[in-house]
Amino acid sequence: MTATPQPQPSNARITLTVNGEESEVLFASYKTLLEVLREDMNLPGTKHGCELGECGACAVLLDGQPVLSCLVLGVECDGRQVETVEGLMEGNELHPLQEAFADLGGAQCGYCTPGILVTAKHLLEEVGTPSREQIREVLAGNLCRCTGYLQIFESVEEAVVRCGERKADS
Amino acid sequence: MKGSEFQVVGHPRRRVDGRAKVTGKTVYADDIVMPRMVWMKLLRSPHPHAKILSIDPSRALAHPGVMLVLTGKDLTIPYGILPVSQDEHPLCQDKVRYVGDPVAAIVARDELTAFEAMDLVDVKYEPLRTFAEPEESLQHDEPRIHDYCGQGNIHKLINLQFGDMDKGFGEADEIFEDRFFYQGNNHLALEQHASVAAVDLDGKVTLWSSTQTPHYVHRALAKALEIPAAHIRVIATSNGGGFGAKSDIFHHEVCAAKAALVLGRPVKVCMTREEVFYCHRGRHPVLMEIKTGVKKTGEITAMHLKTLVDGGGYGSYGVASTFYTGALQTVTYDVPRYHFQGCRVFTNKPPCGPKRGHGTPQPRFGQEIQLDKIAERLEMDPADLRLKIVAKPNTVTANYMRIGTIGLAECIRRVVDVSDWKKRFRKLPRGRGVGIACASYLSGAGLPIYWNKMPHSGVQLKLDRSGGVTAFCGCTEIGQGSDDVLVGLVAEVLGIEPFDIRAVTADTDLTPVDLGSYSSRVTLMMGNAAIQAAENARDQIAGVIAKHLEIPRNRLVFADRRVFDAENPEHGVSFQEAVCLSEAKLGTIGAVGSYTPPPSPARYKGGGVGPSPAYSYSAAVAEVEIDEETGWISVPKIWMAHDVGRSLNPTLVRGQVEGSVYMGLGEALMEEQTFRRLPSRLSNALVHKFPSILEYKSPTTHDMCDVVTEIIEDPDPNGPFGAKEVGQGPLLPIMPAVCNAVFDAVGVRIDEVPVTPEKVLKALDLQRRGKEGRYGPEKFPDVPWPNPSVIPPPIEGGDGSAIDQPDSAKKKAKVNQP
Repeated sequence: MTATPQPQPSNARITLTVNGEESEVLFASYKTLLEVLREDMNLPGTKHGCELGECGACAVLLDGQPVLSCLVLGVECDGRQVETVEGLMEGNELHPLQEAFADLGGAQCGYCTPGILVTAKHLLEEVGTPSREQIREVLAGNLCRCTGYLQIFESVEEAVVRCGERKADS
Repeated sequence: MKGSEFQVVGHPRRRVDGRAKVTGKTVYADDIVMPRMVWMKLLRSPHPHAKILSIDPSRALAHPGVMLVLTGKDLTIPYGILPVSQDEHPLCQDKVRYVGDPVAAIVARDELTAFEAMDLVDVKYEPLRTFAEPEESLQHDEPRIHDYCGQGNIHKLINLQFGDMDKGFGEADEIFEDRFFYQGNNHLALEQHASVAAVDLDGKVTLWSSTQTPHYVHRALAKALEIPAAHIRVIATSNGGGFGAKSDIFHHEVCAAKAALVLGRPVKVCMTREEVFYCHRGRHPVLMEIKTGVKKTGEITAMHLKTLVDGGGYGSYGVASTFYTGALQTVTYDVPRYHFQGCRVFTNKPPCGPKRGHGTPQPRFGQEIQLDKIAERLEMDPADLRLKIVAKPNTVTANYMRIGTIGLAECIRRVVDVSDWKKRFRKLPRGRGVGIACASYLSGAGLPIYWNKMPHSGVQLKLDRSGGVTAFCGCTEIGQGSDDVLVGLVAEVLGIEPFDIRAVTADTDLTPVDLGSYSSRVTLMMGNAAIQAAENARDQIAGVIAKHLEIPRNRLVFADRRVFDAENPEHGVSFQEAVCLSEAKLGTIGAVGSYTPPPSPARYKGGGVGPSPAYSYSAAVAEVEIDEETGWISVPKIWMAHDVGRSLNPTLVRGQVEGSVYMGLGEALMEEQTFRRLPSRLSNALVHKFPSILEYKSPTTHDMCDVVTEIIEDPDPNGPFGAKEVGQGPLLPIMPAVCNAVFDAVGVRIDEVPVTPEKVLKALDLQRRGKEGRYGPEKFPDVPWPNPSVIPPPIEGGDGSAIDQPDSAKKKAKVNQP
């Protein structure tokens, strides 16, 4: 019942920097950035809930801006910077956002968490101490079905405090 | 042997899997990649109801990269989650019953190739008459969607009468009759179902799957694949949300295992979001009629509930769901006489099943709105009315559910207090209002899905000279924190840190059976098994260490990673040393614990659905604002009090409460799984209106209200350290609380969910024209009910069995439902 193997669809080759590491990657040219990350770069931390740009689970930072990686083609990313959940830690140390989400119930099933973390990181970089409304606004495209969002808001707010503490310590 | 202060229980702390989840390292099913792995797609029916005339896979098989096409003839044995509804096949045999019913499985070198080949499987169908609504299914016996049960297109009929209803209604001063409709909705778990199947090194098959119930999947695979269960391993990967969506056995799970066994290669399958909507197993649409007799003082004298349950195309959990639409109406308030009639029909839509609250939110919705109407008529405050009729602790209800602790009165008082209810109710300006509602829920189903006398949950502990402990349990992490409960309780008993314990869970090869993450059963059942196992281990160590320290056993304390003398804390050994000494004396240290729920006093046929070791209680106050021009409803705030018995990890408890409030808010205002017919020039098929996350509306951060969460702790003797459930119950009062608040705001009754602006506008329009300002169903259709089974309730001196029930049936009286 096995069919004769045929050539793969045409491949694309790009160079991109993911979490600070520059890589050359070869992938089927139809693939989205989400698929390239998960399937061709061994970075499964970024999740998918719809692959239509509706749920926010696949959010990553592209050149520092949050994007839905399921709506970006891999071939658009040549020479660009990508940041995923795998890049949040420094060495073996959790980012303050990660710490706060783990401690305060910001992650339940954890599936929306990578997308929310990178989106929140962008917010903290743009606005040092965001208001609750700013947090609500920036995360409006990230669906979470577990938490009801409130512990997520609190986790982001706590991360701001912890970021400040880390700065003071260093 | 230990002090009264808990070291772990009750302290907010990071869940054991917290780090994995914030680093993106948790492995979900679709994250699994294996050497030589191939991909599967399911070809699904475009017809809602049709005979399959032929399936020809030859063009697909000739497509480059396609390795295998499975069809119905490759997998002919039926299965189903319930023993009474073995009505599904991995791939349809001779007919399809809803748009999305799978007819072929295509396996190819990559997902795109499998996807392309779907167009190349030639299936000929002969369309059959389609049933879109339960009323149509009731009216037409032919063609039958299934022919294995009952009559026509009726799947299940229930008629249980607990007592002399004429007497009950005769004692009433007022009788209320109302009809309500609860629209179906989807779980919308963010992770799309996925599975990977592979043949092991030794030739056995392993399935990794996003399932809440690996044990039931294991049993179904053994049946469908005709191989011994001992040669099948099911591993439930962390679920990216469940809410009931992943508690059934799915076509893709069986097909992936079969394909792996045929090809000898790992096979992966992942649903698209559209397929998830067609897999469904979500909330049943339910039409209800509730007749309640009350005294002028508010006490309920009798209640008669009828439910019409729209099951979709297959049985799934539906028989249990239908029983659940009646089982818990008596557990919240005192209802001395009760009559329940339930009917589930088949329609040509995706099968419905369990969603958070499983069958109970719908009748709870109706009852709580009706209570608001009763309070209005009796000129009572609806909170006071509820306080007056709260069910009593340590009693048996009219339908023989045994209630233990009940913290509902305290829940009501607390939400009334924190919401400033007395200053708001009927006192806010028009357009703003508050509403109250309550609920109760199971802490686990009292009976397993298939009849057996074995424990519902087992825990095994391995202790060794490292001082670490490994806890093995079949419990399944779906985000709710079951691994954390397991680890937390073992740590508490052994006096060590949660971080010292490794949890190995949800793996049928490695872990003792736990029935799964459904019916809010895990904390109570696994928790009791975990405590028993840990106490067993502690006792073994205590015997050795008491001798070693030369003190009586009852003076030993296990705390702070030490075992020591309560009267002289310096005199002791480290936990690691204690294990080493014990291992030297006793050999390898291991311990097991098991949990089986207590027997139920319900001895009648049908009494197997509803009993639980403990019931949780909730009360909620919702505030709404209505724009009378647009009908737009906003919910700025909800106050929620939940009786959890004991809060094991308060961070997680609050998360479950708020998550339930959120999901309830979605069901109250926007979520609905509805269908439309394609134009007849296309196919006239009955398709999902909006099988996408964008159009299936669910609350975003902007829609979510503020929540004030009050945790009531009234420890239940049946719960682990007194704990009861928290994952489902707090969802139930939200929908009726919102509707009751709408009435307080603008004086119209919306007797169905979701409460959309259109419905509010229609009711307001009727109100303006001097008619009854109401939106909701007008009538309940005729159903060919069988004669009732009459079960005298406790107040009539009943013993839990039906009149005419033969003695031999009393012992066996059971329905094997979740």
